Amino acid sequence: MTAIEILGLEKTYSVGFWRKKPKCALKPLHLRVEEGEIFGFLGPNGAGKTTTLKLLMGLVFPTAGSARILGMEVDDPRMKAQIGFLPEQPYFYDYLTARELLNYYGQLSGVASKERAHKIDEVLQRVGLPEVGGVQLRKFSKGMLQRVGIAQAILHDPKLVFFDEPMSGLDPMGRREVRDLMEQLKQEGKTVFFSTHILSDAEALCDRVAIIHKGELRGVGAVADLTSSVHGKVEIVWQGTTVPSSLRALGAECHVTGDTVRAVLSEANQDSAIEALRRERLRLISVIPVRTSLEDYFVQKLQPSEAVAGVRS
Amino acid sequence: MTGRIVHIASNTFREAVRDRVLYNLIAFALLMSGAAILVGQISIEIERLVVINLGLTAVSLFGTVIAIFIGIGLVSKEIERRTLYTVLSRPVRRWEFIVGKFFGLAGTLVVNAFFMAIGVFGALLYVSRHFQRADSWVLVALYFIILEFLIITALALLFSSFSSPLLSAVFAFALFVIGSFAEDLRGFAAMTHGLMRWLATGAAYLVPNFSALNVISSVAHQQAVSRELILYNTAYALIYATMALCGAVLIFEHRNLK
Ligand SMILES: Nc1ncnc2c1ncn2[C@@H]1O[C@H](COP(=O)(O)OP(=O)(O)O)[C@@H](O)[C@H]1O
Ligand SMILES: [Mg+2]
Repeated sequence: MTAIEILGLEKTYSVGFWRKKPKCALKPLHLRVEEGEIFGFLGPNGAGKTTTLKLLMGLVFPTAGSARILGMEVDDPRMKAQIGFLPEQPYFYDYLTARELLNYYGQLSGVASKERAHKIDEVLQRVGLPEVGGVQLRKFSKGMLQRVGIAQAILHDPKLVFFDEPMSGLDPMGRREVRDLMEQLKQEGKTVFFSTHILSDAEALCDRVAIIHKGELRGVGAVADLTSSVHGKVEIVWQGTTVPSSLRALGAECHVTGDTVRAVLSEANQDSAIEALRRERLRLISVIPVRTSLEDYFVQKLQPSEAVAGVRS
Repeated sequence: MTGRIVHIASNTFREAVRDRVLYNLIAFALLMSGAAILVGQISIEIERLVVINLGLTAVSLFGTVIAIFIGIGLVSKEIERRTLYTVLSRPVRRWEFIVGKFFGLAGTLVVNAFFMAIGVFGALLYVSRHFQRADSWVLVALYFIILEFLIITALALLFSSFSSPLLSAVFAFALFVIGSFAEDLRGFAAMTHGLMRWLATGAAYLVPNFSALNVISSVAHQQAVSRELILYNTAYALIYATMALCGAVLIFEHRNLK
C-alpha cells in the first residue's frame, strides 16, 4: 500500500515586507512512498526538504497540488493519530519536564491514560534519556532536545514517521543510535520518511531515496540503482615519483607521496593507464576500485547541466 | 474533541502558573491591606466606598493587564518558537487549539480574580466589621469584570493570530481604553450628522462596550444592579467574545506557520 502520495505539490512564498516578491521553495513535486520503506529525502541546505515536510504536516498550505498520507487528506485527524513528526531543530514548551511534555502530547494523540506512563518510560529509554524525565526542558542541550523530539514522534506508536534532519545536533554515537532506531522502526513494520543533507546517513539505511535541489526533484530510486549509473573510479598506485604524461592526458588526479604515486581516474580509462605504466616500466603496486557512492551521484545531480555534460564527454 | 480542548486549556493554565503570573496576587494583597489600614484611620463613612472602589478597580486592571500580556503571545509566541509544529501534527484541529488557549487563559483569570475577590471581601470585613445585604452586589460587579476578561482575552487572541505581540498589545490596550468610554462614544456619534454619523455610530458599536460592564462605583454606593443589565451584559459579552474568537479561528485556519 502507498504510505505517502504527493501529487504536484508546489509552494511559492512571498518574501519582503512591502513589495512582495515570489520565492519558489518547491516546484511541482510528484512522489510515492510505499508502506514499510525507509525513504530518504536528500538535498543540500535550502533545497526545499523542510518545506515539503511542512506541507505534508499541514503547517503551511500548498500553492498548488495535493498529497495523501495513509490514503487520507493531510488535515484528517484520523491520519494524524497514526503519524509522528520530528521537526527540524525542535523546540518544546520549556516550562515542562520531558515527562510532562510527553504526557501532554500523549493526551493530544489520544493515548489512553492507563498506557501513558508506561509508554513514556519506554520511549525515554529508547531515545537514551531514561534519567532526565523529571528535568525541565529549558535545561536540555540541543542534542537532548533532538532526542526528546524523536521520543514525541514515536510515543503514540505511529504507523508512519516523518523526521526532518533527525541526526542534526547529535554526536557520532547519537547518530548511530538514531540510525539503529530507524532500522528498528522498519523492522516493526513502520514507514520512515526522513530528510537529510548528509549522504552517508542515507546510504546505509534507505530502501529508496529522492534527491531534491532548488525545489526540484532530481532523481528517485534505490540507492544501488542510482549509484550504478555513476561512472566508477579506480585508484592506481605505483612505485616511483614520475607521472607519465599520457596518464595526465587521461584525466588522472595524481598525488606523489614519498616514493609512490597515487592516481585516481575513471574506470573506463583503467586499461590504458596500466598500459602506459608498463610502457614506462614503472612498478605497479595496486589497482583498487574506489567505491562509487551516493555522494558521486549527488554531486553529479547538483552540478549545473553543462558541467555534467563535461563529465560525460 | 472536548478532551483535547481541555488538555490544551490546562496546559495554558500551567504555563501561566509556572511563569509566576499569580505572583501579582502578592502585589494585590499588599495594596488591599495597605488601603484597608489607611482608610480605617481616616473616616468611617467612606471606608466601604473606598475599599470597594479601589478593590474592584484593581481586580479589573490587574486582570486586564494579565489578559493582554499573556493573550497577545498565546498564538504568535507558539508560532515564533515553533512549539506549534508538534501540536498541530497531532490530531488537533486548529480551531481546537484556539479555543483551548482561550479557556486556558480565561481560567487563569477566573482563578486569579477569585483570590482577589477574597482579598476585597476580607478588606471589607476588616473596615466595617460585618457584611451588609448590599455587599452581594459586589459579586455582580465581579461577575461583570470576568465578562470583561472574556472579551479582552478573545480580542487579544484575535490580534495574536495575525500580528506580532507588540502590535497586538498596542491594539488591545487601545481597544480597552476606547471601550471604557464606549457609552460616551455612542453619545458623541449621535450628535454628528450625515455620513459621519454612520461611521461614528458603526465604530462606537464595534468597540467593546466596557462602560456597561463597569458598575463598580454604583455598587460602591450600594445601588442595586438591574436584572436586565445582568442579562444584557451576559449576552453581550458572550456574543462579543464568540465573534472575536471566530475571527481568530478564521484567520488562524488559513495561516502559514513560519
Ligand atoms: N517562510 C518562508 N518564507 C520565505 N521563504 C522561505 C520560507 N521557508 C523557506 N523558504 C525558502 O524556501 C527554500 C527551501 O527551504 P527549506 O525547505 O527550509 O530547505 P531545506 O529544508 O531543504 O534546507 C529556501 O530557499 C528558503 O529560503
Ligand atoms: Mg530543512
